[in-house]
Order: sequence, then structure tokens, then C-alpha cells
Amino acid sequence: MEIVGEVEESLKELRDCFKSGRTRSVKWRKTQITALLQLLHDKEDVIFEALRQDLGKHPVESYRDEVGVVIRSADNALSCVEKWMAPKKNHIPLLFFPGSGEVLSEPLGVVLIFSSWNIPVALSLDPLIGAISAGNVVVLKPSEHAPHCSSFLANTLPQYLDSKAIKVIEGGSDVCELLLQQKWDKIFYTGNPRVASIVMSAAANNLTPVTLELGGKCPAILDSLPSSSEFWMAAKRIAGGKWGTCCGQACIAIDYVLVEEKFASVLIDSLKKTIRKFFGDNPIESKVTARIVNKHQFKRLCNLLEEPQVRASIVHGGSVDEENMFIEPTILLDPPLNSQIMTEEIFGPLLPIITVNKIQESIEFINSRPKPLAIYAFTKDETFKRTILSETSSGSVTFNDTLIQFICDGLPFGGVGQSGIGRYHGKYSFETFSHEKAVMHRNLCLEIEPRYPPWNNFKMQFIRLAYKLNYFGLLLHMLGLKRYN
Amino acid sequence: MSSNESKKVFDEGAALLLVDELRGIFASGTTRSYEWRVSQLKALSKLVDDREQQIIEALRSDLCKPPLETVAYEIAMLKNSCRVALKELKHWMKPEKVKTSMTTFPSSAEIVSEPLGVVLIISAWNYPFLLSLDPVIGAIAAGNTVVLKPSEIAPATSSLLAKLLEEYMDNSSIKVVEGAVDETSALLQQKWDKIFYTGNGRVGRIVMAAAAKHLTPVVLELGGKSPVVVDSDINLRVAARRIIAGKWGCNNGQACISPDYILTTKDFAPKLIDALKTELGKFYGENPLESKDLSRIVNMNHFARLRKLLEDDKVAGKIVYGGEKDESKLRIAPTILLDAPRNSLIMKEEIFGPLLPIITVNKLEESFDVINSGTKPLAAYLFTNNKKLREQFVTTVSAGGLVVNDTTVHLATHTLPFGGVGDSGMGSYHGKFSFEAFSHKKAVLYRGFKADASVRYPPYTKTKLRLLKALIGGSILGIIRAIFGWS
Repeated sequence: MEIVGEVEESLKELRDCFKSGRTRSVKWRKTQITALLQLLHDKEDVIFEALRQDLGKHPVESYRDEVGVVIRSADNALSCVEKWMAPKKNHIPLLFFPGSGEVLSEPLGVVLIFSSWNIPVALSLDPLIGAISAGNVVVLKPSEHAPHCSSFLANTLPQYLDSKAIKVIEGGSDVCELLLQQKWDKIFYTGNPRVASIVMSAAANNLTPVTLELGGKCPAILDSLPSSSEFWMAAKRIAGGKWGTCCGQACIAIDYVLVEEKFASVLIDSLKKTIRKFFGDNPIESKVTARIVNKHQFKRLCNLLEEPQVRASIVHGGSVDEENMFIEPTILLDPPLNSQIMTEEIFGPLLPIITVNKIQESIEFINSRPKPLAIYAFTKDETFKRTILSETSSGSVTFNDTLIQFICDGLPFGGVGQSGIGRYHGKYSFETFSHEKAVMHRNLCLEIEPRYPPWNNFKMQFIRLAYKLNYFGLLLHMLGLKRYN
Repeated sequence: MSSNESKKVFDEGAALLLVDELRGIFASGTTRSYEWRVSQLKALSKLVDDREQQIIEALRSDLCKPPLETVAYEIAMLKNSCRVALKELKHWMKPEKVKTSMTTFPSSAEIVSEPLGVVLIISAWNYPFLLSLDPVIGAIAAGNTVVLKPSEIAPATSSLLAKLLEEYMDNSSIKVVEGAVDETSALLQQKWDKIFYTGNGRVGRIVMAAAAKHLTPVVLELGGKSPVVVDSDINLRVAARRIIAGKWGCNNGQACISPDYILTTKDFAPKLIDALKTELGKFYGENPLESKDLSRIVNMNHFARLRKLLEDDKVAGKIVYGGEKDESKLRIAPTILLDAPRNSLIMKEEIFGPLLPIITVNKLEESFDVINSGTKPLAAYLFTNNKKLREQFVTTVSAGGLVVNDTTVHLATHTLPFGGVGDSGMGSYHGKFSFEAFSHKKAVLYRGFKADASVRYPPYTKTKLRLLKALIGGSILGIIRAIFGWS
């Protein structure tokens, strides 16, 4: 019961804070983002340690995927926030002369951010930057599955940020439920479709808009490439896109690879070599790859491998170490398509390679499954690129590389269909947490008489011409020179 | 509807079949082409041109809507939407180039708009023609297949829409399903790629909860109590006329952006009431119940609802103008109430009819607090010549849209997004925003095989960390230093 009171108390305080208007000023927004940068600067080592404990991430990975991402995002917001906030002037049809229109971005109010455990720092702080730059007050609920990061955020954010406006509430599913019962002005959720559906249903009670950042089975398409160095580079980028980020536990990580049958063995060889290059002969010892987050996920991944036909399809790796929660980078060749590994999002270091006769078939393969968050395609064939773009649907498409669309500020990041609703990053983060208010200014001098009843044919004709913006016709009409119909 | 014709039941099975069929059509790619979109927009424009008289008749039958109102707010607006879409479509469809940063160099990026797939549009009865077809324009322009469910409360328009869309449009990709709660429920069970709903908050919640099951994004166009704040330093006659045009001139107040109540100072209220009375007299004559220039109340339910608002004890004696009713003709005269208490029914619910309460405050600035103490309305209006007050209004009042010195005209401005916030809805449309409401913005990044920073890959080292920091900081010097191991 205690927690109920705490949540309600926090919310009241937040709502009062928002009403005071403090969070609307540019100064407040910039101060908060600057403070966040200071936090990242001061506490870098603490963050590295928390990530190591929760997920076994190496500092380089932690910096690349978490700290660095947030710094970039904060820098970008600092330099752009005034531009984003500026009212957008709009041109208004002459009919409403004299008048002017503009679109003003205003904060939504009290927003709730649920983040996830796989990139627990960046997926908490990156949306937070959006919410702050749009002038909202925020509750952040970090994932309880990354407990060190969660408590780090809960302890450290209040030291650096305006604690009346930005609160961290820790907890498990009971707290989530409690939070979802409250009325929010926006809910931003990163996680899986099952919970997302619950979040959205709860949001529906209060007509709260949601942004849902989910995942899906993100495919990589590998076309024939003219030179072996390019093929090698592609394999390297695929390996980076699978095992490089949180050991495959990332929403935009490659889920499976589609390749023509004749290239499969070359691909497998290249991947094996890359794995050795990345992680050495004994990946468990290497300490460069993250571990599986918890027992539950570990079991789930082991189960995927347990189906006999799936097990038979392993061509590399496959060993697991329960004590260290480590699963070796594993490659499978053509596991059955109806096995769980091909029907569920893998979210771990297992990489099925699916062979097709002709690479063009991959389009149909992808389209027969829910829309993924990302599609990666390695090809130099411009026609094929265009076909992929126009015939498949996904949150994003990246040609000849993996993952880096995530750090391109100019691009919106978000899913479609099963992979999510809404988008963020850069100015899209700002928009996600803003309401675009249409404002129209008129004065009380000039009056267009035909707007008003009693109605007659003259007025009817006037309105017809006005809507067509036929100003010459209007003039003739006003002068009585034009017959109705 | 003829009664001896055996009516086919539209149940969940039928709905599923319909969606499957449309999914097949969408997958075939027909609706994606620019040519298809243009042909459908043109067909819609032609439909409106050809059948204007029938449309006017249907609206007369459903709402006694005056022909001029039908032409001005439904037909002309719709034609305008088609015109804008046809003119701008190429431009809207064009991928948007995006600058990429040094971190991903060398690369190029763009944002491609793609159709969402199979979309459902559920429309309302008050502007049954416009609110059905205006979203359809957006859905078509964005290249989707569409199911339109018009409101059963405007039956003549509903069946006309079903008939005309079949006749004019590509009816393998654009379908109309007529019906009430059962049909709507059957439709809502299905998986859609977007649901666009116009109506009230209660049903809005049901729609969104149904959408949540399939993670379907929604646009909800709802309403709310849209206030008008009236200052005293204004051209009173013009203001009164613009308020009347927005209230009674819009389907007799049955419009989501109609002024719901007025806020003004105690001193100014009598003058405002006089001005409103004078102009109302000029517009609708001595006996407004007989006026041909006013819509009627849509049905008995709504008539009874409005009557209840007037019969509330709390507003006894508050009527200063109007109040006449004719139940047999479903007519209520323009009615003004002065200082209805804040806890009366009429001040708690969205009125959606020809009743206009005037609430007085001591200082006009207090009205902003009154507005902000309620849920966020779809629109808010202010009449003033005071620049400071205007600025305060624009910054402190949160609503879907704001208009200073006029009412409802922002609706007709296709360059402004139209939509609510909070309880007045989510998402927006009109003009380009309609296209965007029915599109997915796909991020596309192109890379070559040339440069590749090894820092991205394991095995991880201290040097890599330094280099990464320099890269992210964007400092060229730092990058050079890190590469040479100088730091």
C-alpha cells in the first residue's frame, strides 16, 4: 500500500510542477540536459560497472551503445532545442485575409517512460532527453531486470536533475500495473509486443497517446557481392550486427540471415572467422561479449536450441554455460521454419541462416511474417534495393551495414505494425513528446458577409468560389457580373 | 432500407473475410502506385461534383441541414481537400533527404513514406459526408486500402455513401460497411494497420482498447468543451456574428469545434448578450424554430439529452434567450444561459447542441484558469485586441487548435494540422497531415563497403574507447590523436 501512496504523491508533485510552468522555459530544458551530460561525464565508470554487473558489457560496448549514444543525443538536443521550439509559421489561404497561422509545439504534461533491460541506460535516458527538451515532467521506470542500472538511475538522476520534475520509480510488474492505472499525458514504452498491448489497453482508459518501441525478427539479406573483400566486409558487419550489441539482445540486432544456397557455406566460413577474430578461440573467456541477462532468458534461449531438428541444424557454436549465463555465438543452417527459433524473436546470440534459391525470394519470405523493426540488405544491385524499399515494410531499411541507423540523428527511429507505434531520436523525440497546436490569428476589421445566415443563392455561389480560391471569379461575383450557375 | 429484402448479417466472419480480401489487394501493390492514388482522388472529386444534389438531399433528410451549410462545410471542403491532395501528392510522396553525421560517414539517408496497409475509418453523424470522405482522401493519397464505416445515426448519408463509393471508386480496394454497434464491434475485432475514429471519448476508448490487442495505431478525433473568451475592447458586432457562425451556423452547435461556452467579464456580459440577441434575430428571424437556416437535432436521444441539460435544477432561471423546443420536429431554438453553475450538467458535459452558456469572471485572465481546470478541448477561441492577453492565451491554453478573433475557421485551413490533445483526441489530419496520418515514415540508410571503423567491432581495447569518444565528440583533432595513440 505504501507504494500506492508514493506514486500518487509523486504524481501530484509532478503535476503541480508542470502547472507552475517552470519546465516550459528553454532555460530549464537546457539546464536539465546539461546536467545530464555532467552526470554522464562524472559517473562514466559507475555506469560501466553497473552495465558490467547487469549484462557483462565491456566498457567499449557500454560507451558505444549507451553512454556515447546519450551524449550525442544530448549534444544534439542542446544545439537544436530552440530551433525545434520555434513556432512554425504557416501560410493561410487569401480567403482568411488578414490572418496568419502558426503551429506551436507545446509540452504534453506528465509523461511516463518505461525502458528495457538490454540497453538500460541509453533506452532510459534517450527518451528522457526527448521528454525534457519538449518541456514535460517525467516519471522514468527503468527495467527491474537490469537492477544495478535501475538503482543507479534512481539514485543518481535526482542528484543532477530537477527532482521535482523528473522522478525515477523503480519496481517490478506490480509497480508497472500501478503506474498504468494513473492518468498520463503520454506513455513511452520500450519492450516486447505482449506488454505493449497491455500498456496500450491501459492507456486507452485515459485516452493517453503511446509510443511503443518494440522489436521483431529483423532479417539481413545477403545478395551476391562482386568482390570477396566486400563479401568479407558484409560478413563482418553481420557478425557485428548480431553479436556485437548486448550479445544479440537488441531490438535492432539481426535475427536471421537470408542468402542464396550457393553462398551459404562461404558465409558460414566468413562468420566463423569473424567470430574468432572478435572473441578469440574461447569466447567465454574473452570478456568482450555481454552475457544473457537472467535465468529466464537463458532458459528461453536454451529451449530454442533444444528441438532436435534445430539442434541438428547447428553449424557453429551451440555450447552454453549456465553458471556464467553465457551462450556461445551460434550459427544454424536452415532450421525448420515452423520451429520456435523461426517463429519467435530470438533476442540472443543464435543466428539462423535461411537459404533461398534466388535472393529475390527473400522479399516474399519477409512479407509473410510480421513487419520487423529493421531490414538489413547487403547488395549492390540498385533494382533490388528499390524492390526491397517498395515491396517490404519495416521500421527502417539499412543497406550494406547494420545497426548504425540507430545513431543517425536525422532519421526517425521506430517500428511499424508488430514492431511498434511512433518514433523518436533527434527532432522526432521532441515531436513525440509535444503537441503541435494549430494557432490562427485574425482581426476584427474585414468581414466576409456571405459567411452568415440567412442563406441565399448569392452566398452559396460566393462560398463555392471562395473554396476554389477563384479570386477573380469572386471579384466578378461581388460586382454582380457573374450569374449563378 | 426495404424490409422484405433479406439483410445479410455482417458478423465477425464477414469482417475477417473482408480484411483478408483487402490485405490480398494491398499485397498485390495496386494501391501503391501514384496513378492509382490520383485516379481515386479524381474519382472522388467527380463523385462530389456529379452528386451534389443527392448529397444535399441526404443531409437534409438526416439533419435538416441547410443546403448552404452542406455546400460550404461538407462539399466545398471536400473538393478543396481533393484539390490539395491532387496538387501536392507527388511532393508528399517524395522521399525526404536527411543529413547524415560523421559517425556514420560515408553514407546517405532518406525517409520514405509508405502506406500502412488496410485501414479502418469510422466516421460521425454530424458532418457525415465530410468526416467520412476527408479521412478517406488521406488514406487513398497515402496508398492504403480502406474500409469506411459511416455513422448509422445519419442513415441517408450512410446509404448514399455506400452507393456512391461503389459506383465511383475502385471497389476492390475501397469498401463501405454500413451498420451500428454490432457491425462496428465485428470490425474492431479485426487486425487493422490503422484505425481512424471520429466521435466521442467513450467510444474512442473502446476503439483504442480494441486496437491495443493488435498494436494498431489510432487517430482519435474527439471533441470537448471548446471555450470562447471574449474581451471587452472589441468590435462586438463582428465578434457576435463570428460566434454565432461557429455555434449555430455549424449544424446548430452539433459540431466538434463549435463554441461550447463563453467566458467573459461580469460587466461585459450584458452587452455581449444584447449583441448576440440582435444578430441572432437578424440571422434566424423571430421564430427560429421555423428557420430553414438551422439544422435540427439529429435524433430523439440527443433531443432528450439536450432537454435534460436545460431541465437541470441547477440552471433554472438561467436562460436569458431562447429555450423554445419542438419535440415533434426535433428542433431547439438558439438558447443562451447566463452563469450556469460550474457543477451543472450543462457545464460538465460537452453540449453538442444549440445551447450556449455564458460564464462570467471578475478578470478575464481568470478564464484561462477555468479552461485549464477542465480537460483539454479540441478548440479554444479568444476575441481581443489586447496583444498581451493574446500572447497569454496562446501560451497557457492547451487545446487541439486555437483561433484568435474568429471561430472554427482553422478547420478550413489545410496548412494547419487538425486534431485534439488529451481528452479531445490524438493524432491530426488535413492536407499533408492526412497523408502522414496514413503513412509510415520508413528510415532508409545507404552505406557502401569502403570505410569501416574497426572501433565498432570487438575485440575491445582502450584505444578503441578513446577513438569512440573522439568520434562521438566530433572532434577531428581528438580522432587524429586517438588514431595515433597520442592521448
